[in-house]
Amino acid sequence: MTEAAVYSLVAGIFVGFAAGYVGSLMVLKRMALVGDALSHVALPGLALGILFNFNPFLGAFAFLFAAAILTWYIEKTTRLFPESIIGVLFVTALAVGILLTPEVDLLEALFGDITTVTLVDALLAVGISVPIVVVSRLVYQRVVLSILSEELARSTGVNVALINFIYLFLVTVVVAVGIKLVGTVLVGALVVVPAAAMKNVSRSLSSYALLSGLTGIASAGSGILLADYLRLPAGPLVVTVGTAIFAGALVAGWIASRK
Amino acid sequence: MVVVPPPSRSPTRDTGAAADVLRVANLGVRLDHIPILEDVSFHVRRGTTLAIVGPNGAGKTTLFRVLLGLVPHTGTVEWSGPVRIGYVPQNFVVTDVPITVRDFLGFKSEAGFEESLAAVGLGGAVLPKRLDVLSGGEMQRVLIAWAVLDRPNVLLFDEPTATVDIGSEDMLYESLNRLEKDTNITVFLITHDIHIASRYSDAVLALNRTVRFFGAPSRLSEPDLLMEIFGSGSGLAEHKHDFGARGFR
Repeated sequence: MTEAAVYSLVAGIFVGFAAGYVGSLMVLKRMALVGDALSHVALPGLALGILFNFNPFLGAFAFLFAAAILTWYIEKTTRLFPESIIGVLFVTALAVGILLTPEVDLLEALFGDITTVTLVDALLAVGISVPIVVVSRLVYQRVVLSILSEELARSTGVNVALINFIYLFLVTVVVAVGIKLVGTVLVGALVVVPAAAMKNVSRSLSSYALLSGLTGIASAGSGILLADYLRLPAGPLVVTVGTAIFAGALVAGWIASRK
Repeated sequence: MVVVPPPSRSPTRDTGAAADVLRVANLGVRLDHIPILEDVSFHVRRGTTLAIVGPNGAGKTTLFRVLLGLVPHTGTVEWSGPVRIGYVPQNFVVTDVPITVRDFLGFKSEAGFEESLAAVGLGGAVLPKRLDVLSGGEMQRVLIAWAVLDRPNVLLFDEPTATVDIGSEDMLYESLNRLEKDTNITVFLITHDIHIASRYSDAVLALNRTVRFFGAPSRLSEPDLLMEIFGSGSGLAEHKHDFGARGFR
């Protein structure tokens, strides 16, 4: 294994768990496609990082964060659903990002490149993923309660607007760190596929969240190892492994429901 | 508006105005500049049940939202002493969320699940069940167990039996009956069913943006009053029950 592949694997394990864990909330909120679309908003930020020679992660994070705040604010103050808001942001950001990104770097921005992952990237991924999981765990019950019934959540003192903001912030950060590994096009799948798979086989909320995180590790880890072995891009392989797990979980859930 | 001071059905609870748990005066709520509630005044005695009736859009659920502190309002809402409110919302439907009864109750407390479930006639066997496989009656009773988990002294109940069959409805009200007797809890009950309101409550508040009637539930048998509350009477619902001699208290 190359040094870059080892760093990628370490980053993949931590980001995979964080993405799966946060993704389990996205799937419950029925925002799977929103997460996918949101990830594309990072492209102009990546492009600016490449053009002006600063860490593209910071550019991606800044754009994602701005998009998340805009989405949260519009959702809070209008009757628009997040899908509509992010749908508009997504196409605009993608168009601007493709126009800005130098052609030579476009493929890496869209699909990631594990051969360029450095020790700093790996440490950044670990250092960000751990707090993401910790904060997610702290707000998990309140997010789920607000999904079940916003009124019930508010009646128990949950600040639903604040909780939604924290949740969107977590999504933003996990998407930003995942982009280095699998690119802007596929990072949405890193977040959504593990949770979509485990919802088929989970019998309780705690097992669902944990299994989603572990499936994220399995997808990212296996995908990166396969990419290193086959000399293929990691992003598509991570998503392919995740999809295979999803298919297996779907069958397992179907068999369990017939017993 | 017809106002009759509501007598307590239980003489032992008739301790005068000092026993009021809530006094609402001149309450008004506007949403998007549209008046939802206007000049609403009433009071509720501790340990009694107030039924809130009225046609759709009358402002009943908005009143609950005011009591929960969720919407801005004019007028005064004055609780007597510290209150802990348990709330059972309308239309609580769980689909496609892998959440068990234990998970759900765990959102509110770390212990006391079996005691709360027992209070509504459910055993601990329901704890590992997913919410989306519960029957309508079981779901409503789990919601009451959730509401009473942290030992509230006020319970807000929004259309508790809208989605359950009549058999489950009886069990539900029996559970409430037991709770009220055991814990001296004050119950606010929104219902479309005049029969339930007259049978199970100590006082009735009829709303249609303003107070149309506040008084004794026995008055609900008067056709003129029902016309005053519901207009043509089209908003009136009455289920067929076989209560026998059994009442709410």
